[in-house]
Amino acid sequence: MGSIWEYANPVKFIRTSEIVLPWVSILATVTLIAGLVWGFFFTPDDYRQGSTVKIIYLHVPSALMAINVWFMMLVTSLIWLIRRHHVSALAAKAAAPVGIIMTVIALVTGAIWGQPMWGTWWAWDPRLTSFLILFLFYLGYIALWEAIDNPDTAADLTSVLCIVGSVFAMLSRYAVNFWNQGLHQGASLSLDKEENVADVFSTPLYVCIAGFVLLFIALVFLRTRTEIHRRRTKALLARERLG
Amino acid sequence: MTLTVKDLTISRGGIPVLEGLNFTVEPGRALVLRGPNGVGKTTLLRTVAKLQPPVEGEVICAPDAIAYAAHSDGLKSTLTVSENLHFWADVFGTKGIDGALKGFDLEALADRAAGGLSAGQKRRLGLARLLVTGRPLWVLDEPTVSLDVASVEMFADTVRAHLKQGGSALIATHIDLGLGEDVDVLDVGPYRAKPGQGKGAFDGDFDEGFL
Amino acid sequence: MIALLVRDMRLAMRAGGGFGLGLAFFLIVTVLVPFGVGPESGLLAKIAPGILWLGALLACLLSLDRIFALDWEDGSLDLLATSPLPMEGVVSVKALAHWLTTGLPLCLAAPLFGLLLSLPEAGYLWLILSLVIGTPALSVIGTFGAALTVGLKRGGLLLSLLVLPLYVPTLIFGAEVARRGAEGLDTMTPLLMLGGITCGTIALLPFASALVLRVNLR
Repeated sequence: MGSIWEYANPVKFIRTSEIVLPWVSILATVTLIAGLVWGFFFTPDDYRQGSTVKIIYLHVPSALMAINVWFMMLVTSLIWLIRRHHVSALAAKAAAPVGIIMTVIALVTGAIWGQPMWGTWWAWDPRLTSFLILFLFYLGYIALWEAIDNPDTAADLTSVLCIVGSVFAMLSRYAVNFWNQGLHQGASLSLDKEENVADVFSTPLYVCIAGFVLLFIALVFLRTRTEIHRRRTKALLARERLG
Repeated sequence: MTLTVKDLTISRGGIPVLEGLNFTVEPGRALVLRGPNGVGKTTLLRTVAKLQPPVEGEVICAPDAIAYAAHSDGLKSTLTVSENLHFWADVFGTKGIDGALKGFDLEALADRAAGGLSAGQKRRLGLARLLVTGRPLWVLDEPTVSLDVASVEMFADTVRAHLKQGGSALIATHIDLGLGEDVDVLDVGPYRAKPGQGKGAFDGDFDEGFL
Repeated sequence: MIALLVRDMRLAMRAGGGFGLGLAFFLIVTVLVPFGVGPESGLLAKIAPGILWLGALLACLLSLDRIFALDWEDGSLDLLATSPLPMEGVVSVKALAHWLTTGLPLCLAAPLFGLLLSLPEAGYLWLILSLVIGTPALSVIGTFGAALTVGLKRGGLLLSLLVLPLYVPTLIFGAEVARRGAEGLDTMTPLLMLGGITCGTIALLPFASALVLRVNLR
């Protein structure tokens, strides 16, 4: 058995992901459906928030993923800059649109939840603002990928942007916290038991989070494969032109 | 100051263009690169000047030996001729631009704004920059473009003088500069990269299966 | 490196409008704000610190794409990359030149524009102080953005998209200092945070800028 870096070889990656992808997809579908059905239909209404609380099963997982996807992009960007594995850079490229969709889901479900709870669709609350800023970072990252023709140059530049962006995203988070203490409730899940939502709610929530993670893995596998195929097609066309 | 190029493979826009290049340029010698347009001469010169990394092989040369001159001369049109030269002299830490002005017959133009010069005069100013760098190895990309016959002769004289002082030059050009004994010619055409063979970046031992 | 600074300053002066353009833009933004929100001086005084910071930020943004674009077009950037100057030095000098031509004039002119927006008296000192401490960070961050987008067609719009999110922390702390100053509150915390951000960006970001500039040159 070789090292984990073997899977950074595109050929090996394509072969492995071909086997893994269907299983992950099925598992993701099953877990997501199970979690959402459980959450939506088999949990009691909250005594204060009524049935609106159930949007938590979309809101919390997507918000978690929005941040974790960026973190994954940061890791793959570092791997690209240090070890120059093309698959790593392409995985970061593949993950970004998924991440931005997760951010949008988190923002939209948050707005829908906030309307009955706080009486407003939008408030400049630190968490909401942070997510809006995260959305802008995703937007810039994706736009930079699209703007550059040479794939290696694009990978280098977006990787550096991702690293610098991460630092500034953290800074923004603290700045925003400083700027406005907010309305948003505390974390729904934390290691500190006291603050947690009740178990009846949290178990299906964990299932939903697992479903979102699996969905993300399946999507990134799929999109990375597409990106690899696209690079390969481009290379073959270039080879043909050279004759 | 010897320049040695070993088993060099270079790529442009991610696609290998030249491979298996080997040559040396000794002090006092000049190497002229020839080859059809688009074969990768500019890419080769940029690689030698360390502006881009080689795909494979190496360029062995002291890092502070090379003075690079490209198609564009890097002139600021609102600065005068002498200000332009003084700037580069300061950057390279050398003193005095008189020799450079004299070498390319720019003395009369010294106080003119560079933007007002003709194309040939601009080129002469761009080449005069080489003299203020004080560096031994000149890497020149089509240096004689837009020069008239007299100016080409002026340039050839400068290169001859440079070689005589122990300098060396790597020049991509199509015209015969009349440099005589000290010149080797390398036609890069035969080194054109053949896709799918050899060890390009994209099908090396480990990573890539892209090309 | 001093030679590069001297050259850039000279170019900015000869090109005409190197200093003036950003300032004129700042003035126009300041003049337009009362048209938008109404002439009531109480309201203007309340929003003045934020508006002035935002105006300074936009004026700064306006000239970012010129930091490397001209040197890229005429080939100077290639020649600088092969010169004895370290790339980190080149980008730092470029950022400094940008600050001297835009940031510094903005700091000096800000009190005048504060007058137009009926900024409370207590606010002037803090406004200038926050701008003097904050605008260098804007120039350094902007230089990073300019290095990322040099050589791209339609780079200008992309540059704003990339740089503006990076400006968020500086804007928040800078405007907070000016606001608290104007209202006579304690400004120490945001001022220290602002100074920290500026020092951090000046110390670290040139390495990133130099890296992406080298990538863009190859």
